[in-house]
Amino acid sequence: MELYHGALDVKEIFNRWLEEENASNYGAYIPFVGTIRAEDNIEALSFDIYEPVLQSWFDSWVKKAESRGAKVKMAHAIGDVPVHTSSYISAVFSPKRRVALELIDEFVEDFKANAPIWKYDVIDGKRIYAEDRSTPMSGSGLLS
Amino acid sequence: MVKVEFLGPINQETLEIEAKTLADVANALQEIETVSSWLEKCAVAVNDEMTNDLNKVLNSGDRVSILPPVCGG
Repeated sequence: MELYHGALDVKEIFNRWLEEENASNYGAYIPFVGTIRAEDNIEALSFDIYEPVLQSWFDSWVKKAESRGAKVKMAHAIGDVPVHTSSYISAVFSPKRRVALELIDEFVEDFKANAPIWKYDVIDGKRIYAEDRSTPMSGSGLLS
Repeated sequence: MVKVEFLGPINQETLEIEAKTLADVANALQEIETVSSWLEKCAVAVNDEMTNDLNKVLNSGDRVSILPPVCGG
């Protein structure tokens, strides 16, 4: 898992991950890239991350992938990420395509629901919590 | 004393409270106006481990984290 301040260098990360697994004999490499769209007058999106829980979440996915003969990788931005640049990359490597196609779907969806990352719109230099696009994590409401 | 920290957009400084279980933390937080409206939507971690157990026993120095709705990517 890799965390960066500001926008991700997508090409560098893509190429490096490809090279890292060059000799691993995986037949499929499926990356997912999240790019910030220009909409609703935003200049950027901004992210807070709680790293210890994110790391545990990611580690559990590494194990899940391993049990299916696959490997997951992920990179995410912290702080402001301007429109038309990327904040998130994940990827699955597997011996054959089927496992990778299924895993990338499950991995990205669970990321959206349970990775401890908070998103803000940046408008006129102000950070506004993207409450309407956010999802309560599993087990929410325990203390209410 | 346990530390209660509020992550992401919740505008509340870290608190130190007396609590023997997470239920005690719940009771304390329900009394705080800036925090109580968040609780329904928040998940909980103790010492960076997610938990669903309101009866979880807490020891002095434990860290309770309150995690509001997420949206990575």
